Amino acid sequence: MAVITDFAQQSAQMLLVLLMAPLLTGFVRKVKARLLSRQGPPLLQPYRDLIRLLRKDVVLANNASWLFRVIPYLVFAATWVAVSLVPTFRSGLLFSWTADLIAIIAVLGSARFFLALAGMDAGTSFGGIGSSREVMIASLAEPAMLMIVFAIALIAGSTQLSTMSAFMNSADVGLRVSLGLALIALIIVAVAENARIPVDNPATHLELTMVHEAMVLEYSGRHLALIELAASLKLLLYVSLIACLFAPWGISPAIAAPTLLLVGAAAYIGKIAALGFLLAVFETSIAKMRVFRVPEFLGAALMLALLATLLRFVSRSF
Amino acid sequence: MISYALFGVLALVAIAPIAVALSASPNAISVVYGACLIVTLILFLLALETLFSHPAASTVTLPLGLPWLGAHFRIDPLSAFFLVTVNLGGAAASLFALGYGRHEEAPQRVLPFFPVYLAAMNLVVLADDAFTFLVSWEFMSLSSWALVIANHRVQENMRAGYVYLLMASFGTLTLLLAFGLLGGGDGAYAFDAIRAAHPEIGTAALVLILALIGAGSKAGLVPLHAWLPLAHPAAPSHVSALMSGVMTKVAVYGFIRITFDLLGSPQWWWSLVVLGVGGVTAVMGVLYALMQSDLKRVLAYSTIENIGLIFASLGLALAFKAYGMDAAAALALTAALLHVFNHALFKSLLFFGAGSVRAATGTRDMEQLGGLIHRMPQTAFVFLVGCTAISALPPLNGFVSEWLSFQAILLSPQLPSWGLKLMVPAVGALLALSAALAGACFVRAFGITFLGRPRSSAAETAQETDTNSLAAMYALAAACLIAGVLPGLFIDTLAPVVQQLTGGRLPVQTGAEWMSIVPIAESRSSYTGMLVFAFMFITGMITAFAIHRLASDKIRRGPAWGCGYPDASPLTQYSASSFAQPIRRVFGSLVFRAREIGEMPPPGSSAPAKLTVQVRDLIWDALYAPIATAVGFIAVRLNYLQFLTIRSYLTLVFAALVILLMVLATWP
Repeated sequence: MAVITDFAQQSAQMLLVLLMAPLLTGFVRKVKARLLSRQGPPLLQPYRDLIRLLRKDVVLANNASWLFRVIPYLVFAATWVAVSLVPTFRSGLLFSWTADLIAIIAVLGSARFFLALAGMDAGTSFGGIGSSREVMIASLAEPAMLMIVFAIALIAGSTQLSTMSAFMNSADVGLRVSLGLALIALIIVAVAENARIPVDNPATHLELTMVHEAMVLEYSGRHLALIELAASLKLLLYVSLIACLFAPWGISPAIAAPTLLLVGAAAYIGKIAALGFLLAVFETSIAKMRVFRVPEFLGAALMLALLATLLRFVSRSF
Repeated sequence: MISYALFGVLALVAIAPIAVALSASPNAISVVYGACLIVTLILFLLALETLFSHPAASTVTLPLGLPWLGAHFRIDPLSAFFLVTVNLGGAAASLFALGYGRHEEAPQRVLPFFPVYLAAMNLVVLADDAFTFLVSWEFMSLSSWALVIANHRVQENMRAGYVYLLMASFGTLTLLLAFGLLGGGDGAYAFDAIRAAHPEIGTAALVLILALIGAGSKAGLVPLHAWLPLAHPAAPSHVSALMSGVMTKVAVYGFIRITFDLLGSPQWWWSLVVLGVGGVTAVMGVLYALMQSDLKRVLAYSTIENIGLIFASLGLALAFKAYGMDAAAALALTAALLHVFNHALFKSLLFFGAGSVRAATGTRDMEQLGGLIHRMPQTAFVFLVGCTAISALPPLNGFVSEWLSFQAILLSPQLPSWGLKLMVPAVGALLALSAALAGACFVRAFGITFLGRPRSSAAETAQETDTNSLAAMYALAAACLIAGVLPGLFIDTLAPVVQQLTGGRLPVQTGAEWMSIVPIAESRSSYTGMLVFAFMFITGMITAFAIHRLASDKIRRGPAWGCGYPDASPLTQYSASSFAQPIRRVFGSLVFRAREIGEMPPPGSSAPAKLTVQVRDLIWDALYAPIATAVGFIAVRLNYLQFLTIRSYLTLVFAALVILLMVLATWP
């Protein structure tokens, strides 16, 4: 019986994140538009876009190979699996021990690896520029992310997200310098990983500064829908990650009454909305960077995260 | 057990004269590589059996070599593990060569040396005294040198062979000194005697440094790596695979044997040196790899990166061992050994792929390739598996060893020494950086070679490679996947080796649910390769099925969109060097002093614009160039001695004799 409810809750999480991801994207767009005194698209517009894209034919470039057609499914599956393993409303889900935080980051790395390959498949210069810049950004964002994981894992004594989140919710945490540094670094990495302003602009086309959009330029129809959905899922993943590590309040423990689960779900939706709002405010208040400013921005994240880890090595009280 | 292994080695040596006798025959290739395949497979199974049943070490002494010493051979868990790696790589290379060998321009220059080379690598791992070890080591160097210059009409290969020979001699010299110090004045060169005698701290430190230089120069540690990216690509591809995938591992074996087994208990600061060198090697190797456009050279530099990773884990294991933290030392050593095995798998696979590309198109230059996924779909698929594995991406095997290394790093704040407290996080950051850069490097290697549009007519008309080559590559790709989804099996197999060297071991993994691996405790960290693979596969399949059934499954073909700019020429694609440009600008401006000089023609002129990229190899400039200059300078001065009269020579000989006698007389 316990296995069945556990399984049901794991599936509920998978469906919840899948349904919420486009909503978060729509919400951020809406808030940004309101901040710019525009009406903005309706909140549900991303769902409509996805459905319309799914119904359309795929137009493949003449030179596109089988890999190009497989990659959208692969990227979507990898991102979905990764986000299903992050505690949202409940920690210690059925499969939470499948992958710890390092492995979750690496699964996202697989998705990026293949997406970068897709950019090079059609043999256009736009795809190449996107892939080339994406791997440059990744080559700094990934080590920064790993150092953030190290810093938090050394405090929590675990790389298992459920354990980490439970620890961060306990009284043992306290205010620590290294946690503050790690949070700043995590925000920088999250902004870069999700191709948000100031690193990249998710709303642009036909601009030489675009990275992610240039890479997926040749995709159309259902393939594009999957890639857009994967991008939304990835944004939700990073927001959930920040929520479960730095705002772990309300997450229901592994064995809990249904009311606690409902509280957890409500708290989760509240946290996501708050963080989405902050993201929109941040994006509207800052200008897009030149591409070669990005390494400095991410280098700062890497240094902060390294400093946080180093502090943990030097003294247990930081 | 050991006698069977020695018979196997003897059989390999015996293939060499057969190869010479058969060299004119058209069947020579099938006979020689077929025989090598059978013998290495038998040796592989034998070693595997030893590793699984782990009986007590079996030894044998033959009346060869030094008269008072004899030749000692021994098989224990450590050598059994390396025998598995060597012979698995050897069997795969032989199978690949059954097909690839036919593209060889001068097979008679390769055939006799190939089995000898395999035999030598086996002997190094089996040797149980310093003399046999060094002779086998030199045997291995010389036979591989002969294979490097197999295609000797190419000037570049001769230079590679020359640099290789110099560095190999230098490495053997330092190992000779290391063993001399270990053996002491009495000449106790058997490993048992060395193990029993505990060297003093100062001597042990000197031996460690000498072993690090000797084994490290063979393995390709920065800054002793200069020969590796020259020699490995110069050899025929199946030999390149052996050199990169297997011989560097034999060098790692030499280092482990000396530091973990023969030297006794380590000092904490040893690990500082090994960690530092490992971390720097990892990042430098992959940065060099990103600057190359020769596919095989990219792979050779990536070997340097992986060796750095292995040495960093070894350094960590030394640190834990020095402080008596056996479980942590076992974790770090398992990570290193698992990466040894994994790297042998995927690096061999990638070199085979590069060899197939070379055979199909006649070039290794990525700027001439492209679009091969259409012409060589199967090679492209297995090469992609190799690229994914080496980029440490789940669910393949490269990630498992990387993950274990990171878990070991997370245990290290418990180390009491301050030097290590500062060093380990820095090395952790270097490893994380090298992992991310490796991903970039292999997106580039695969993307430029196999994706996009063909950049030359050779790439446009390439043909899929033969079945033997494909069989070897598929076997290795399958092994990469199995080692990735069932890592627990491999970790448990390594347990006796780790136990032998550190005294500790990881918890038994094979009993865990769903084959997950749990290095310390489940609440701390766990990873289940099989479930990650299954989830990704199942969700991907369900998504594809659902979308095709419920939404649309129609496909139309059209010209690429490219924002509406038609680019007819494949030359407008991103090339290997333009792909690396952002990374060259971010990292290379510091590490390689990379400069870009753009020359624009004046307005109105129809002259072409020019972009020149300068990349300097600072290590070569700072270390090797001055030595080469000094040697050249001294040689010119000494040249004068060649043109003396007979009387002057006699005077010189007499003077030397007198001086030596005087030194001897005044010697205390």
